[in-house]
Amino acid sequence: MTEPTTEQRTFGFETRAVHAGAAPDPATGARATPIYQTTSYVFDDVEDAASLFNLQKMGFIYSRLTNPTVSVLEERIASLEGGRGATATSSGHAAQMLTFFALMSPGEEFLSSRKLYGGSLNQFANSFPRAFGWKAIFVDGEDADSYRRALTPKTKAIFIESLANPGGVVSDIAAIAEVAREANIPLIVDNTMATPYLCRPIEHGATLVVHSTTKFLSGHGNSVGGAVVDSGKFDWTKAGKYPALTEPEPGYHGLRFHETFGDLAFTIHGHAIGLRDLGPNQQPMNAFLTITGIETLALRMERHCANAMKVAEFLQNHPAVAWVNYAGLPTSPYYELARKYMPKGAGSVFTFGLKGGFDAGVAMVEGVELFSHLANIGDTRSLIIHPASTTHRQLSEEGLRAAGATADVVRLSIGIESAEDIIADLDQALKKAASVTPR
Amino acid sequence: MQHDTYTDSYLSEILASVKTIALVGASTNWNRPSYFVMKYLQSKGFRVIPVNPGAAGQELLGETVFARLEDIPDPVDMVDVFRNAEAAGPVTDSAIAIQARIVWMQIGVRNDEAAARAEEAGLKVVMNRCPKIEYMRLHGEIGWNGINSNVITNRKRPVKAVKKLM
Repeated sequence: MTEPTTEQRTFGFETRAVHAGAAPDPATGARATPIYQTTSYVFDDVEDAASLFNLQKMGFIYSRLTNPTVSVLEERIASLEGGRGATATSSGHAAQMLTFFALMSPGEEFLSSRKLYGGSLNQFANSFPRAFGWKAIFVDGEDADSYRRALTPKTKAIFIESLANPGGVVSDIAAIAEVAREANIPLIVDNTMATPYLCRPIEHGATLVVHSTTKFLSGHGNSVGGAVVDSGKFDWTKAGKYPALTEPEPGYHGLRFHETFGDLAFTIHGHAIGLRDLGPNQQPMNAFLTITGIETLALRMERHCANAMKVAEFLQNHPAVAWVNYAGLPTSPYYELARKYMPKGAGSVFTFGLKGGFDAGVAMVEGVELFSHLANIGDTRSLIIHPASTTHRQLSEEGLRAAGATADVVRLSIGIESAEDIIADLDQALKKAASVTPR
Repeated sequence: MQHDTYTDSYLSEILASVKTIALVGASTNWNRPSYFVMKYLQSKGFRVIPVNPGAAGQELLGETVFARLEDIPDPVDMVDVFRNAEAAGPVTDSAIAIQARIVWMQIGVRNDEAAARAEEAGLKVVMNRCPKIEYMRLHGEIGWNGINSNVITNRKRPVKAVKKLM
C-alpha cells in the first residue's frame, strides 16, 4: 500500500480567478479561451449522439444547453465561490428564474428579504406569481428570527442578498442559513455586489449563490450575464420536497437527477432542463468578456473598495450630505456584519442622502461630469443614479422606504479611476445640488 | 490511509493502471446510473465485466453478465461496487479472493472495515467516489457541464481522452 506522498495542492483565489476552468485549447493550443461562436456540434455517430442526449456522458450538442466558452466561465465562477458547479445564464434575472424553476411548483412560497435590488423585487412580487404561481413572502426584519417566524409548510427557499443593493445592508448569512438548515430548505444568496473576492456565502452555509455577472465579475460594463452556483451540499432526496430534482423526469425517460448525478444534480438539471426548456443561455462572446474580466477581479475589487472608502469618508464630512450608508464606515449599523462576512472591503456600491431631497438628487445626477448617469453597477467607471426617479420608480412610497430608496437617496458605484478625480467630480456636483431649493 | 479525501495523483494513477473493471451491481436497465458508468468506461477504453446474479448469463453492452466475482474467468484489476455499504463488505472479500488490485466503492458507499481488510491484503481502496465522475474530472470533461473540476493545467489536453490500452 503506497501512501500518497504529497497533499493535494489547493490554489489561491487569484490563481483560480486567472486559470480555473480554462486549459489550452485542445485543438489548437490557443492559450486564451477561444470564443466558440457556434450553435451546434457534430456527433461522432448515432451512438455518440444517443449517449449525449441520454445524459450518459458530458459534451456538446447545442449551445442553448452547453458551449465550450460558456462552460469555462461556469467552472471559473463555481471555483471562486467554492461550489460544485455553476450554470451561466443570459442575465442575473435569468439566473434567479432558473434557480426557482428547479425548486418551486405553482402555489408554493419562498421567503425573501425586502432589501433587494428593485428589479428583483419586481420579478418576485409581480411576474413570478402571475406567470408561475410562485409566491414571495417578503420578510421585514433583517434578523434570523424574522425569517424563522415567516416559515410555513409551503416555504421552499430563502432568498437574500449578501450585500444589498442599494441600501448598504449586510445580511447575517450564517444566522439565516441556520434557519434554512433547520427548515431543510436551501438558502439562496445573491452575491453580485460583494463578489466571491469579498464574500463566499457557501462558506457561511448558503446552498445556492446567484450572480448578475454583468456587474463586478465582468467588471467593464460590456456584457450582460448571470450565473447560479450550487454548493452541492443540499440533500434534495432527504428533503423530499423538490420533485424536479428527485422524481422521474419525463423529458429524460424517467431519469432522477439527484439519484443519477448526486451532488452534480442541480447543475446538470440547470443545463439539461433549465436552459433547455426556458432558453436563457449566456452568449459565448459575453462569456469570453466575463472570463477576461474575472482574471483581474481581485485587483479591481481592491481598488474599488479603497476608492469607495475614500469617497464615503469625503461624503460623510460634506455639508450637503445628510447621511452615508456605506457598510465600511464604522458609523454604519452593518459595520460589524461587513467585517465578519466581507473583511477585505464592503464593496463599492452604496447610497447617501442629500439634504436637498428629490430635486437635489436630480440636480446631482445631471450635474456630474466624470460619473456616468446610468442604471448599472460594478463598472470600472464610476456610476451614479437617483433610484427614486429611475430603478425604483415603479415602487410605491412604502416600497421605496422599505428598499432604502427614498427621494433623497443617491446611489454610487465607485469605479477604479483616480480617487481624487472621483471626489472632485462629486464635490462640484454637490455644489450644484446644494444650490437647488427643496420643493 | 484516510478515506475522506484523495489526491488527484492517487486517483489518476489508479485509473491509468487499470485495464479490466468488474462492475458489481450492473443494471441491465439502460437508464440506471450503473449502466451509464459501464457504457462510459467502455467508451474510454476500459473493459468492464458486469456482475449481477439476477442477470447472470445475459449479455450487457457486449459483455456476459456473471453472478459472482469468483465466476469471472479473466483477471480483474479493479472491482467497482455499485451496492450498499453493507453489501460492500462481502464484495470486498471476493475482490481480495480473486486478486483484484483495487476496490472502488461508489458515491454514498463507504465501509471502513472492508477497506481495512482490503488494504491489509495489499489492495488500494477508493470509497464514496464514482470512477466515471473522477475520469471526467481529471480529463477536463466535467467542466463541459459547468462542474468545478478543481484541476488547473497548463497542458493541452486530448480532444477526446481515451485510455491507451497497453
